[in-house]
Amino acid sequence: MHGLFAALTLEDFIARTISSLTKIPADSDTLLLIAFLAAAFTHAGLLLGLFGGLPVFYIWLERKVAGRIQDRLGPTRVGGSFGWLQTIADGIKLIQKEDLVPKEADALVFRMAPYLATIASFAAFMVLPISDGWIAVAAECGAFLILALMSLEVLGIILAGYSSGSKWALFGAMREAAQMVSYEIPMAICALIPLMIAGSLNFQVIGRMQSGGFWNWFILHDPFTFLAFFCYFTTATASVKRAPFDLAEAESELVAGFHTEYSGFRWSIFFLAEYSSMFAVSAVAAILFLGGWHDGLGIDSVIDSLFRGTGTGIIEGFSLGSYVANLFGAVVLITKACLLVFVQIWVRWTLPRLRIDQVMTTCLKYLVPISCFLFLAAVLWPLTLVTMFSRPVIAGPALGERALSQQTTTSIDASERLGAAR
Amino acid sequence: MIEQLLFYTFAILTCGGAVAVVATQNVVRMAFWLVVSLGSVAALFFLLHADFLGAAQLLIYVGGTVVLLVFGVMLTASGPYTTIKTAPAEGIIGAAVGLMLLMVLVSSIGSVDWGAISGRLPSSPQSPFTADSIREAHADEAIVNSGSTKVKTDLAAIQQQGRTVRQLGLSFLGLRPDRNLKEGGANGLAPGYFLPFEIVSVHLLVVLIGAAYLARAKRRAVSEDRVSLD
Repeated sequence: MHGLFAALTLEDFIARTISSLTKIPADSDTLLLIAFLAAAFTHAGLLLGLFGGLPVFYIWLERKVAGRIQDRLGPTRVGGSFGWLQTIADGIKLIQKEDLVPKEADALVFRMAPYLATIASFAAFMVLPISDGWIAVAAECGAFLILALMSLEVLGIILAGYSSGSKWALFGAMREAAQMVSYEIPMAICALIPLMIAGSLNFQVIGRMQSGGFWNWFILHDPFTFLAFFCYFTTATASVKRAPFDLAEAESELVAGFHTEYSGFRWSIFFLAEYSSMFAVSAVAAILFLGGWHDGLGIDSVIDSLFRGTGTGIIEGFSLGSYVANLFGAVVLITKACLLVFVQIWVRWTLPRLRIDQVMTTCLKYLVPISCFLFLAAVLWPLTLVTMFSRPVIAGPALGERALSQQTTTSIDASERLGAAR
Repeated sequence: MIEQLLFYTFAILTCGGAVAVVATQNVVRMAFWLVVSLGSVAALFFLLHADFLGAAQLLIYVGGTVVLLVFGVMLTASGPYTTIKTAPAEGIIGAAVGLMLLMVLVSSIGSVDWGAISGRLPSSPQSPFTADSIREAHADEAIVNSGSTKVKTDLAAIQQQGRTVRQLGLSFLGLRPDRNLKEGGANGLAPGYFLPFEIVSVHLLVVLIGAAYLARAKRRAVSEDRVSLD
């Protein structure tokens, strides 16, 4: 929509720039390799910045919110006011600690498990769009892929608990395994509801369908998607093992659960993975239900009309207008995700932890039937509307018409731009 | 070039992980090496632009099967780390079966005339400059029924980029857009996978119900005068 989708990729851009500067033919293998590597490292670096930077903020936020809820101040000193450097100080302290491996542990698996959890959590960021067209891997089946990647994190946690050679850790891992195997089912079914409405697994398409006002967001599409959002958010909270579902850690019962035996760097990257996953599931919730990178109040269309076409053509394949619009979209999406993360933190410090049997009951007896019912009802809703009012939505244009009109305008834009480039 | 490098890396990881699964005796380490091997297979699928297949591999095998395996080991293990000791005879039989399978695979791969097939594949990996035409094809993707040559380039471009989800979904519903559009319906419509898909679904449902029946807690009838503490 903002043109970046139809414009150059970073790889093309680097290849063309280098070839125009150095007179090397643009299709030489070395140049393409350099361009590929430069583009890959840029993308990975940007994602790694997000992956590492957000947890730093969230851990500080967690301390502040916990402090406020418990009627104390939280960190106040480090870095001047508000204790905003607290997480960095914690990180430096953690890196200095000794890297212990218990005598009873299975050393290979014990050492590898934190990396497995962190890699799985980071890999989910690859297919997560930050704004329209700002996505590292624009996979057609992005939503399916992100669910698959997020389900891998549990494996690192189970292996960590099992290989620790400690009963606390083993109990934590066992609870985590039981919990995750169950909660993946309602989570996937709830995520399926907006995917079914959009008729696509592509995050870009899903995000674009919710452009315009906030009444276009999938959460307000019909009453069942409204309920499905809360169902998804509950299961997502459980899937990143946050309270009241943090049975795997359960400080008051299991010392620290699956990471009892870990220290220093390996311990801290478990937390990096946990807080990044909190962002990932919240961003997925924001894209699937809450309009993604569209603010819903019309500010993005104002920005688009103000800046459209500015700065185009100074550098080939780069338009300042679309960059500003995309940047605004990224800010909107990250704000939405951060608000959802704040709700997760708020819930953690407000609700007591469930027992393991209550956790399983909540999932198998309530969430699975509820999500199945919501899915069925969301399928039947447009059919019922068509039978009664002979139109699939109550007000406004149908989703398919909206998507189609947008697609044709986008393709006209794209073909115009391609024509202009030649 | 970079794709070759990535292919060899993941191929070595796949084979090395598989060998390590066989060679280790500790069950949980086996699970770890299985993760390495199966994850690398998924990476190979991604390199082949089969995104959906790669995601399914990750979700089903790495995220599902291995988790269940470790979970099962944790529930049933008697000692701290379960080990499997193989007798020499078992090793010999296993190696013989494995080698025979390898020979069957090698001979069947060798008997295929790859030269004839490579013509039918979509064109080789894109450079940034062929990418323009692909992107143009994407823009027109909505207009599928505008001449058969157009459709052919569209399909090739779509398949090359791993955008196969829609086609997969349609073929599970009994439509084969890749075949029917290419041949123009000359040989009749190609059958999809609707019936096998339904059979597999019903089969899985039966297995699920059977498992629930077997695992269900057997409640004995408690007589009226005894208080059950369960």
